[in-house]
This record gives sequence, C-alpha cells and structure tokens, in this order.
Amino acid sequence: MLLIPCPFCGPRDETEFRYGGQAGVPYPAGETTDAEWAAYVFTRDNPKGWFHERWFHAHGCRTWFTVERHTLTQEIR
Amino acid sequence: MTRPSTHPDFLWRDPGPRPSYDVVIVGGGGHGLATAYYLARNHGLTNVAVLEKGWLAGGNMARNTTIIRSNYLWDESAALYEHALKLWEGLSEELDYDLQFSQRGVLNLAHSLGDVREGRRRVEANRLNGVDAEWLDAAEVKKFCPVIDVSDRPRHPVMGATLQRRGGIAKHDHVAWALARRADAYGIDLIQGCEVTGFEITGGRVTAVRTSRGRIAAGKVALAAAGHTSVLAELAGFRLPLQSHPLQALVSELLEPVLDCVVMSNAVHVYVSQAHKGELVMGAGIDAYNSYGQRGGVHVIEAQMAAALELFPIFSRVRVLRTWAGIVDVSPDASPIIGRTPVENLFVNAGWGTGGFKATPGAGWVYADTIAHGRPHPLAEPFALERFTTGALIDEHGAAAVAH
Repeated sequence: MLLIPCPFCGPRDETEFRYGGQAGVPYPAGETTDAEWAAYVFTRDNPKGWFHERWFHAHGCRTWFTVERHTLTQEIR
Repeated sequence: MTRPSTHPDFLWRDPGPRPSYDVVIVGGGGHGLATAYYLARNHGLTNVAVLEKGWLAGGNMARNTTIIRSNYLWDESAALYEHALKLWEGLSEELDYDLQFSQRGVLNLAHSLGDVREGRRRVEANRLNGVDAEWLDAAEVKKFCPVIDVSDRPRHPVMGATLQRRGGIAKHDHVAWALARRADAYGIDLIQGCEVTGFEITGGRVTAVRTSRGRIAAGKVALAAAGHTSVLAELAGFRLPLQSHPLQALVSELLEPVLDCVVMSNAVHVYVSQAHKGELVMGAGIDAYNSYGQRGGVHVIEAQMAAALELFPIFSRVRVLRTWAGIVDVSPDASPIIGRTPVENLFVNAGWGTGGFKATPGAGWVYADTIAHGRPHPLAEPFALERFTTGALIDEHGAAAVAH
C-alpha cells in the first residue's frame, strides 16, 4: 500500500486517493492528424521506472497534485 | 482411467540460443508457447525460438485464476474467445496431457436491475453468436450453487446470473508444460533466462533481437510479453495504448469440495472457484496505479474479501494462505491488441489485461497465423492496433468482469 504525500495534508494512506494517470499530457496544438489525436486520447507513457502521475485526495482536501513514483519499487520522490 | 505416474524428469530441452531463427517469439508464457506450438502444427514453421527472461510460464501464466469462458458481448470478442473455448475442449487429447480442463459452469452474478438487463442482453447476444448461455433467476442460482447467499440481506443481493455451462477452469501449469513439450518436440528452442534488451531495425524492418545471451537474427519477431509489452515496444521505438497494472489474486487453505462452479461478480467484485486440489482461488480488480512491482495494495484484498463474504457467508472462517499479483497490460477498450506494428515483421499480441489465460489456445492460433502470413488472421483483424485511430473499438469493459 502506498503512502502518498498530499501537498496540503501530508502523507496519507493510498485508500484516501484516486489515481489520475500520467501527468502533464499536453492537449494537441493546432490541426491534428487522426493518429496524433488517437495518441492524445488513448496512449500514455507506461515506463518501468520513474513516472510523473496525478493523484486526487478524494477523501481529504480534494486537491489534485503530481507525484513522481517508481513503478517497480513504488518509491515516491 | 488411472494412469501410472509417468511424469518424465524433463518435458523440454534447455537449449542456448542459435545465431538465427525464422521467427523469434518474445515471452515464454502461455501465449508465447501456444503461438510456437501452432506455428509448427498449423504452418510447419519450426525454425523458431521462444525467449523467456525468467523461466517458462513463470509470469502471469503462474499467477492467474485459470477461469475459462467465452461469454463476451460483442461479435468480435465472442468469435475469438469461442474459438479458444472450442480448442480447449479438445486440447488435453490433442496434447496428450491432462490439462484438468473442467467445464463446471461460470456464473456471472447480477446485483441490480441494470445488471439483470445487461445479463439478459448478454445471454441473447451470446446465443446469437453460437455461445451457450442461460439466464438464471435467484432461486435457480441457489440451486446451481447452494453456498451462495441469495437472500435480501446482503448490501448487493443476488438478483440472478448468467450461466455458461461450457465455461470452467483448467490447470494452468499443465497447460504450459503440455504446450512446451509439444513445441519442443517440433524442434522449437525454448530459451529461458534470456532477456530481450533491444531490437535491430533496418529500413523500418526488424532484423534481429539483442538479448542478455547475445544477438539473435530473426526473420520475424513476435511479442507475447503481457505486462512488459510497453517496455519492449519502447525498445523498438513505438508506443502502444497500454497501461500495466498489478492484478491480485489469492488462495485459501485447502478445503473439502464446497464450490463446484465458477462464480464471478462484477458489481461486488470478486471471482472465485475451487481448485482441483481444494484451495479457493479468488481474484480481485486491478490496483488503480501503473506498476511492474508484482505486488498490490492490501486494501484491494480487503474489498475483495468483503465481497466474497457477502456472497458466501460460509467462507467466513476460511484462512488465506497466500496472495500475489501479476502485471497485466490493460488497453483502453479492455480488448487485446493482435497484429502488425509500425515496424515491419514485428508483431504484437498484448493488451489481454485481466483475461488472457482463457484465450491461450485461441490467441496462439490466430497469432501464429498472423505471423506466418504477415497479415491478420480474420478473427484477429478487428483487434488490430489501427482501431484506436479509426475508432472501431471493441469495448468489453463489462465482459472482462474485472474492474479496470
């Protein structure tokens, strides 16, 4: 189980949070091809290693924030 | 029929890699082994290697809950999984190995009026696709599976269920061993302890794989690495719409026979069967976050156990023996991705998410055909990578019966 550092409430149990997937996915700028649009809608990074991702403190302060977590060791930095 | 124990010491050779093969399959799990077997059996291709970074069938093949069924909603899925189920029905004989394939029936429970309508719809859809399916009301569920609580007491009462009588379970290890033995007998090299570390791509076409045991030239390369497929795709220079998550399961201590069917519940979220040996085998939904850690959160197990006890109060004193997680690759529409990739002669079979085991022979069959001919097998065609661009998704989140 993860101990997730909410920037407002401090470290809290994973059960208080909802997961939001990869952080910082830019909305495609200007004209997009079908392939670019598909990549934006469906494809996210899926690294075995460090990953910037969004978490939502659903049962707390209800803040969305970004953490960097290692997807193999679960370390958060 | 009882047979004397004639289990040989070794069911397959343990060769090192040769410098070159016609086809290199990356991943020595159920799908990789089935693909190798059908490449030889159906297409006469035996200059084939299966590369496994660990040991054969030691990944998700050793970690799944062994449920087999084909009661999927959409035509494309029903055709694919039913193809697999028909193969399962003859596979023990064909491989001359007792897979302990037991068609004990799979119940998918309904807990709300919405579930009931969805279940009835699925029964009709299945029948139109030639898949056996029945609707049971709550009393019939109780008759079919006496240990379920169908009273009004639970928070999510059982209002009925779909039943696929041809569904059931098989012994996962036996499946892997039987396929490995046959592939080996065809002369296919099953190479363990051999991790793929890169691909050589010339003019958009794959020509070799680099491995922890040296370079291997390959006419064609076929990925069958489940949760790690994204990692391999990245090495080959393209992205796939996949996210890897832990999927947890657990077994209880050994019990006398108490549950002789498979029970799945999407709403309260547990699926359970009793293994031949006697353990209750239970699965949960995926953990929410991306992970390759093969371990999940305890709270997921807690929720799963709470759901199980709502349905089966009789299990309240049963002890959990062990828990574990496999890493599953989940696609946006909960359907697999089978076919070509942006790299020529590099093929992908991935995205089976929480339900790859049931498809093992069917997936191997269509993937082998796709690799052999360099174009999608008709049953695999709708599952091509292109569907995420065309929008022709096969949205099976419901039929996956596991929360994504």
